[in-house]
Amino acid sequence: MSIVHNFPFFSILLCMSAGILTSMLNHRAAKWVTFFVSGAVLVMSIFTLNLTTSLENSYSFMMGHFPAPWGNEIRIGRLEALAATGFSAVLFLSVIAGFYHSPTFVSEQKTNLYCIMIDLALAAVLVLIYTNDLFTVYVFIEIMTIASCALVLVRQNGHTLVAITRYMIMHLFGSGLLLLGISMLYGITGHLLMEPLHDTIQGLVEKGQYTDPLVVVIALITAGLGIKSAMFPFHGWAPDTYAFAPPVSSALLSGIIGKSYIFILIKFYYRVIGIDFIISQDMTFYLFYCGIAGMMVGSIFAIFQRDIRRMVAYSSVAQIGYIYMGIGMGTAAGVEAAVFQMLVHSVVKSLLFLSTHELVNVSGDRKRFHFLHGAGYRNVPAGIAFTFASLSMVGIPFTGGFIVKLNLAIAGMNFVGTMRALVLIALAVSTLLNAVYFLHTVVSIYRKPPADIVYPEKEKMPRYVAAALGVSALLIFLLGVVSEPVMKIIEKGLQTFA
Amino acid sequence: MWELLYENLEQTVSVILFGIGLTILLLQRNLIRKIIGLNIMDTSVYLFLASMGYINGRKAPIVVDGIQDVEAYINPIPTGLVLTGIVVAVSFTAIMLALTIRLYRRYRTLDIDAIMLLAKGEDA
Repeated sequence: MSIVHNFPFFSILLCMSAGILTSMLNHRAAKWVTFFVSGAVLVMSIFTLNLTTSLENSYSFMMGHFPAPWGNEIRIGRLEALAATGFSAVLFLSVIAGFYHSPTFVSEQKTNLYCIMIDLALAAVLVLIYTNDLFTVYVFIEIMTIASCALVLVRQNGHTLVAITRYMIMHLFGSGLLLLGISMLYGITGHLLMEPLHDTIQGLVEKGQYTDPLVVVIALITAGLGIKSAMFPFHGWAPDTYAFAPPVSSALLSGIIGKSYIFILIKFYYRVIGIDFIISQDMTFYLFYCGIAGMMVGSIFAIFQRDIRRMVAYSSVAQIGYIYMGIGMGTAAGVEAAVFQMLVHSVVKSLLFLSTHELVNVSGDRKRFHFLHGAGYRNVPAGIAFTFASLSMVGIPFTGGFIVKLNLAIAGMNFVGTMRALVLIALAVSTLLNAVYFLHTVVSIYRKPPADIVYPEKEKMPRYVAAALGVSALLIFLLGVVSEPVMKIIEKGLQTFA
Repeated sequence: MWELLYENLEQTVSVILFGIGLTILLLQRNLIRKIIGLNIMDTSVYLFLASMGYINGRKAPIVVDGIQDVEAYINPIPTGLVLTGIVVAVSFTAIMLALTIRLYRRYRTLDIDAIMLLAKGEDA
């Protein structure tokens, strides 16, 4: 066992201990520690990814002193390592790009508390990616809920208070459903670790026992995680929360925290229940239809928004719809496309939130579209980043978004009849809708500003922020050009998942 | 039917409690009542979970009289899980109450609909 085998555990431990450390530091040191920790987690995740792709199978890591059926453990495979790498890269870039204007939102006394919450959120995301135990999932989902509540509330105005109240009510309701599902599953099987659970459930399914309770469990857990990841029709809390939070928080909330719930759902389907049983009970189709409905409704609402940040937030609902449509297809190709979309969207959305904030910032903190005219000239790097991310959202070739739509379309072609038609029509219509609002925004930030609006003195954006935005845009480009290796990892990872 | 419900008394009660909690959470407009509903909902799940590990006639799994036989004790895992769950519930109740205090200081009401209307009028 080489040292790299321990890296996933180290990265979780590092985030947690950094949280304790930053509580004792001043604001400047706390920021540096957060930079360092997110960078270190990124490096360790890359090493883990490198290790797991060279291994034939995944490996598990014992936590505590008791072996598998009694003790807790984490499991490291290539899909987990890929997700950890992607999410920690997004967090690292968002922290670099978003921290310099945090004084506008976070007072100096509270900066270290903000840093603790970022560390805690990263720890929770990593645990959710790696864990092999369902109760650990519940505990860390609650930790993540509390951390994200604090990440939003750090900006203190009426809107964030109201948004976070809705957020908490919906999320706690979702956790309640999840907990009920996990307890029922424990009652049926007597296990909480994923491997013994899977074996027991396979046995029950073969004998045809407990079919109805299992269906109820799947419904409860899907609904719980669906509420938490802003799946249509449970998306009501999302737009306000994303729109009014500080930029780094919105980038993290929609970029990585929302995605880790979906990752857990995929894990639950493949590693706990077994996707064949879920398909045999016709349950994936609900996700499929919810996904398509989300793609449409999210985009239509986005078109009617007058505030650019709410528009970006509503487009999240639409993009989550793509992921659920992919999972809902139930085929390997569909889920692979969904996982790829998770990665692409997490980079694109964080870039969109951060660059939007820069554009709003150079327009005197006004978010309506007509104030944003000419913002692309007032802040050139942010304008380019926003344009590139928008192109990916629409699905122009050479961007990650194009590959997502291509993969989803190919996965849809495997079906016959109505399903195939639905997938293709949904993709076409939603691309059109995306084009309407994103290209409209891109055009409007490059239009000539009206003469009667006075814009504030230009505050120079530091170079490293431009660099971070540039690296994010480069990632989107790379995901669009060399998607083959990433898709290979996802494909192999899903095979070893079951 | 009734016999089955009576046999699984704890489960029946916890499902009823869950329903009560959920109704309060969704239908009440007062924030404090919503939080109480949330707690009832969670408590019902803990009852459900704890009853999974309870075996009639056995004792709590604490070795006192030197009896080390597994048959003498109930299953300790659900109890442990419930304890973890209670800690989680306490922490988010505290957060929700803190939020409620903030909202009340700002808007002088606990009615969530009224608060939303008031917030909509503010500048973003």
